[in-house]
Amino acid sequence: MGAKVVTVTSGKGGVGKTTTAANIAAALAAAGNRVVCIDADIGLRNLDLVMGLENRIVYDLVDVVEGRCKLRQAMIKDKRLPNLFLIPAAQTRDKTAVSPEDMIRVTAQLRKDNDWILIDSPAGIERGFRNALAPADIVLIVTNPEVSAVRDADRIIGLVEAAEKDPPKLVLNRVKPEMVRRGEMLTSEDVLDVLAIELIGVVPEDERVLMSSNQGSPIALDGRSRAGRAFQAIARRLMGEQVPIDEFAAEDGFLRRISRMVRAGGQPA
Amino acid sequence: MGTPLAIKGIGDGLLVTVPEGAWQVVRPSLLQAIDERGEFFRGARLVLQVAGRSLSAAELGGLRDELQEREVSLAGILSSSEATRSAGANLGLALEVPRTKLGENGDLEPISFDPEGDQALLVERTLRSGQKVRHPGHVVILGDVNPGAEVVAGGNVVVWGRLRGVVHAGATGNDRTVVCALDLSPTQLRIGGHITVSPERKGKPRPEKAYLKDGNLVAEAWKTS
Repeated sequence: MGAKVVTVTSGKGGVGKTTTAANIAAALAAAGNRVVCIDADIGLRNLDLVMGLENRIVYDLVDVVEGRCKLRQAMIKDKRLPNLFLIPAAQTRDKTAVSPEDMIRVTAQLRKDNDWILIDSPAGIERGFRNALAPADIVLIVTNPEVSAVRDADRIIGLVEAAEKDPPKLVLNRVKPEMVRRGEMLTSEDVLDVLAIELIGVVPEDERVLMSSNQGSPIALDGRSRAGRAFQAIARRLMGEQVPIDEFAAEDGFLRRISRMVRAGGQPA
Repeated sequence: MGTPLAIKGIGDGLLVTVPEGAWQVVRPSLLQAIDERGEFFRGARLVLQVAGRSLSAAELGGLRDELQEREVSLAGILSSSEATRSAGANLGLALEVPRTKLGENGDLEPISFDPEGDQALLVERTLRSGQKVRHPGHVVILGDVNPGAEVVAGGNVVVWGRLRGVVHAGATGNDRTVVCALDLSPTQLRIGGHITVSPERKGKPRPEKAYLKDGNLVAEAWKTS
């Protein structure tokens, strides 16, 4: 059967793509899967930092593509999870160093020995995004509950559809239940009303996400954090489990509405 | 209306068939036809079908400059004449119709069209931000038009869904066209040469029709009986 390729993208920068990719990867690996992360943001690499692996980089994606090393040599093993690997981006090159065909070729090689391949896409709709999209089986769109992020997500969904991929799934990141309750933030309903795609996770704003990113230790491995649990839930949904979306902050009622809506709108098969 | 011109929609571009006759006559009449449909052509990418006509690089370049003044870009030339093809190639023009099926920018392929521009284009999907439909005739959309999406039609526009992007009906200068939607909340609405922005919605959305009344854009509820 081989690995599934999951591309995490957003259009807008700064909505939490890299954090989402790192955490879903860690959660999938913690659940016993063999997982490879690929940082497709060539020239602005970050995934190695968030995963805390910067000092172990010897070879990168561009080295693999240009044949300077074997694929296995560029795969950096995670510090905590022996079945989690990172293929870092090159920092000294740009997006044009890799083509969509290169990405398809590299992931094809990785598919047979792994369960999941997570690709962290750069922001934007240009070459870097096209590279990240080309090999994707599943596309996750990360957005925040704000008008500009939602607008960019809509643009990206259109491009994913144009590329004849399956409809992408939505990760709503940095939700502040407190603000939603006061009516000061877009609700999940507002966002889904425009984007009309399946919601696969709602991640609350959590200061510990920033701390863990800075420490290079994914929050998804911390069961005490609400954001960490939300990322774990997304990983379980990817694995095909039915996990209700109202895991956190159910007491304030707004997530109950989401879960109702998701159930009404049809859960993933 | 105006000078007849055979126009096809090709994604975000337009394919125009240049009529028979001497170039000295055809060229001004082509430009006149474009001027008469001003708003519809503005910003369009044009591909010209000139059949066997032989054109020099100077003639093509001259036309390109005149189109440029009208904010129309000459993107391609279709011809069976070797001279025309090589002149087009020298100017960097495409020599065939660009791939239009959901192109790089998510533009839609044309589904049907008619040289007179009277037929409707049916779009059976939601138009998302950055997607644009340009069609000489009417446009019917079964889906939403999201903020950031754009519809430009020579005729009427009917949206069986929520209209929240930018819509322009009667873009060839026809003030008698209408825009209908189940939820009419466009970012900007244009009919012919008139522009308006939606007022803040009050209450529940209901089907509405927008049209020009004594030179003003008005929207009224769709009456069912």
